[in-house]
Amino acid sequence: MAQPLVKKDDDHDDELEYSPFMGIEKGAVLQEARVFNDAQVDPRRCSQVITKLLYLLNQGESFTKVEATEVFFSVTKLFQSKDTGLRRMVYLIIKELSPSSDEVIIVTSSLMKDMNSKIDMYRANAIRVLCRIIDGTLLTQIERYLKQAIVDKNPVVSSAALVSGLHLLRTNPEIVKRWSNEVQEGIQSRSALVQFHALALLHQIRQNDRLAVSKLVGGLTRGSVRSPLAQCLLIRYTSQVIRDMANHGQSGERPFYEFLESCLRHKAEMVILEAARAITELDGVTSRELTPAITVLQLFLSSPRPVLRFAAVRTLNKVAMTHPMAVTNCNIDMESLISDQNRSIATLAITTLLKTGNESSVERLMKQITNFMSDIADEFKIVVVEAIRSLCVKFPLKYRSLMTFLSNILREEGGFEYKRAIVDSIVTIIRDIPDAKESGLLHLCEFIEDCEFTYLSTQILHFLGIEGPNTSDPSKYIRYIYNRVHLENATVRAAAVSTLAKFGFMVESLKPRITILLKRCIYDSDDEVRDRATLFLSVLGGDGTVDTDQETKDFLFGSLEVPLVNLETSLKNYEPSEEAFDVNSVSREVKSQPLAEKKAQGKKPTGLGAPPAAPASGFDGYEKLLSSIPEFAAFGKVFKSSPPVELTEPETEYAVNVVKHIYDSHVVLQYNCTNTVPEQLLERVNVIVDASEAEEFNEVTSKALNSLPYDKPGQAFVVFKKPAGVPAVGKFSNTLTFVVKEVDPSTGEADADDDGVEDEYQLEDLEVVAGDYMVKVGVSNFRNAWESMDEEDERVDEYGLGQRDSLGEAVNAVTDLLGMQICEGTETIPTNARSHTCLLSGVYIGNVKVLVRAQFGMDSSKDIAMKLTVRAEDVSVADAIHEIVACG
Amino acid sequence: MELPPKVKNILLLDSEGKRVAVKYYSDDWPTNTAKEAFEKAVFTKTQKTSARTEVEVTELENNIIVYKFAQDLHFFVTGGQEENELILASVLQGLFDAVTLLLRGNVDKREALDNLDLIFLCFDEIIDGGIVLETDATVIAGKVGIGSTDPNAPLSEQTISQALATAREHFTRSLLK
Repeated sequence: MAQPLVKKDDDHDDELEYSPFMGIEKGAVLQEARVFNDAQVDPRRCSQVITKLLYLLNQGESFTKVEATEVFFSVTKLFQSKDTGLRRMVYLIIKELSPSSDEVIIVTSSLMKDMNSKIDMYRANAIRVLCRIIDGTLLTQIERYLKQAIVDKNPVVSSAALVSGLHLLRTNPEIVKRWSNEVQEGIQSRSALVQFHALALLHQIRQNDRLAVSKLVGGLTRGSVRSPLAQCLLIRYTSQVIRDMANHGQSGERPFYEFLESCLRHKAEMVILEAARAITELDGVTSRELTPAITVLQLFLSSPRPVLRFAAVRTLNKVAMTHPMAVTNCNIDMESLISDQNRSIATLAITTLLKTGNESSVERLMKQITNFMSDIADEFKIVVVEAIRSLCVKFPLKYRSLMTFLSNILREEGGFEYKRAIVDSIVTIIRDIPDAKESGLLHLCEFIEDCEFTYLSTQILHFLGIEGPNTSDPSKYIRYIYNRVHLENATVRAAAVSTLAKFGFMVESLKPRITILLKRCIYDSDDEVRDRATLFLSVLGGDGTVDTDQETKDFLFGSLEVPLVNLETSLKNYEPSEEAFDVNSVSREVKSQPLAEKKAQGKKPTGLGAPPAAPASGFDGYEKLLSSIPEFAAFGKVFKSSPPVELTEPETEYAVNVVKHIYDSHVVLQYNCTNTVPEQLLERVNVIVDASEAEEFNEVTSKALNSLPYDKPGQAFVVFKKPAGVPAVGKFSNTLTFVVKEVDPSTGEADADDDGVEDEYQLEDLEVVAGDYMVKVGVSNFRNAWESMDEEDERVDEYGLGQRDSLGEAVNAVTDLLGMQICEGTETIPTNARSHTCLLSGVYIGNVKVLVRAQFGMDSSKDIAMKLTVRAEDVSVADAIHEIVACG
Repeated sequence: MELPPKVKNILLLDSEGKRVAVKYYSDDWPTNTAKEAFEKAVFTKTQKTSARTEVEVTELENNIIVYKFAQDLHFFVTGGQEENELILASVLQGLFDAVTLLLRGNVDKREALDNLDLIFLCFDEIIDGGIVLETDATVIAGKVGIGSTDPNAPLSEQTISQALATAREHFTRSLLK
């Protein structure tokens, strides 16, 4: 498709653009493909047509179902030709066409014949093609040949079978698992690649059996692996075994470390790198263990091969995050990499240096970077800016030179993402280092004087409104802000008006002058700007009694209590009616983001950051579901929906999990059931709940599920009443009852005469815990929120948490127990840290805001102690939190 | 990381970033548009670098990309961020050397398009569904270059020159026609 459409005759005139595929067109090639049907096959011509078809597919052209089927059928005729070159092309096109299962039958016999052919190349390729297109039933038919192929004396055939096994394991694990013996033999093969493929497959087969993996690794580390690729695999598996052993509490000397260390002396560089990386990634690696790995990486740093330098600096960069001291030895080599031709290497070197540098080297480093910044792309610059931000937090005394650097690059050309990274960094520095505030704010002011990004201007104006009034001379910012009202677009003007109002309210001396400025804004051409100006004028014009002051403050500075995402969903669900929309009905729960998203956002700045993207499912899904059931409408608004709790083991016949919906005086248990047996239809599915160990709960009603076909999840509900506003806890045992009917899996229809058999299935117990009454609600600025709560109502206590493997485990245990939102990124704990402070916030049932400061400390015997400071709007709730922790 | 090393794609682009031949083994780029966008991003990012003597490497969209250029052809191999870049580099080197052998040293776009069937077969012999099948250039070229002279000859006895001769003849004919 990238080729211009030129007539074929013109081909040779234009030597530069010459291509054998010039002017190629799908319709014509499909016509040409009719030669496949000729009685006398012309191998050359057919190969050529197949190449053209492959070319079309490769250029992104797609064939319709009919076209693909037609080509596929005529291609199968080519099996009669004995030409090997053509046969190779036939294999290739069959794989590309990925025929449907009913079409596959046409070629199976031809391929099976080739699988047993005397020609090695036929055998190897036929196996790969067949395994690519085959389904489970056919696979059992050819299983015998595949097992033979694995132990074939030709390594190419053997590898083909092993690699196919790796692919098939995903779809037909039970069949592939039967090949263990043959695969085991492959590991002993003299061919390097066969050994690699066999090891990969054998590990995949046994991956769920810890003991078997450990034995496999243990046997091989004694040295029978020749292939570097296989050796790399072995290193990966070894580190996995080490991890597992650590998780299962086996302490003492780290097993297999010696093996990893010996791999550092392997002759293949890829093995050395793999081993070095494995060592640096060991949990709680000691500096003694690290040293040999760092030494080999240091050698790589001065290699003439860019890939080696890149690999080394990338690994060291990661190490520098946790063990900066271990990397400092490499600093000299690293500094020479700042001018590396390969910019990826240079950037990694810089950021590593920024992490490992000490206070005295900051200035020199900044000078080197300044020269470097002008000739790299924005994305590299962002990485550098982020590294500088963390450096500044690490060495607060150096903020002056770092701030100068940031303000210099802020003035240079750059795209939005880059500028935002700089602004975010300055904002973070201002927040963390009070001394930097005034100069930082002025840099930001200068920036908005000439800023082309509306988003950044409004963010900075907002930030100025909060921080500006508390500076020594607030009046100097007014000029910058008021300039915006004259020079910018409506969005920025509106933001500027709000900021002015904040200054006017906070700084009494400025109030009259600001009032004058705001009065000018009421003639603005944009109505939002006029509205804001009018509104703030009336607020500022108030007579200033204490009462309204508080309200005005809340109005100007308070944040919206509900997450915007939830507000948006609720507004979308709201149907216009007599009843006005009530903001209080919006859930205040912060939704946990799906894992993938979290990963992507993990490195994002903590400064001004945009609000997190809305997760696709979760609470809003429940809200819709629950509101569709009239019986539940009377309970009021859901206070909290818990994440699903699994009540069955994975891979059982029926998969059930439960979601706890907490209302003020009710609890609705939503059982999500999935039937994983294709031959069965379940009817009248109900959950019988025994609440004898949950005294405060009384079952009110239950809603059974009428029918549960294969693989279509359904929900059954059980409703309990509990005392209003009380965080009642208890344990429930559950039994799934249902009627089973046989189903013909091919049609999916149940036999109409079948009355079915009643059956029941024991589920695991469920607990309603105190954490279920806590909604995760984040606060944007923990310190402000903390200080705004009354210190008098603080409740402090200390707890011993006993021996734990790590601080992280203790932190997780406590936060899970409390069910609160972790604020300000305090969930990340540096490895090897001995103490940590975690900031939590949430809303307790009855809409009581709670903030918790949990300080953890670990002594040498891994005993963990915790000091828990709780502030809540209601003292009794603060006590309740302590009770939860004391009981948990 | 417990899985064997996985290659996400192999790209062979020309000096304007247009596709000569590509093969994707991962679902990261579900549509042709996504694929083309990725190719464009990779091409633009590496365009100004010189990767003519040594294999070069860069990071893009959480992927590691190793690359090497020859005349108007740009070779790329992509793997995940956690991948061992030296393994990727050995795949790229294997591919590059095999293509050099198959094109008799004339590694340029025209020669590659003229022998596109060999390039496709070459891809097919290096990676199978993302898993490294073979990295030794002579073995790869040998497997690709199996000629039609003696279909019963075992793999090892086929020489590359034999194979290349067949291939050359094969395409000269098709062009003169």
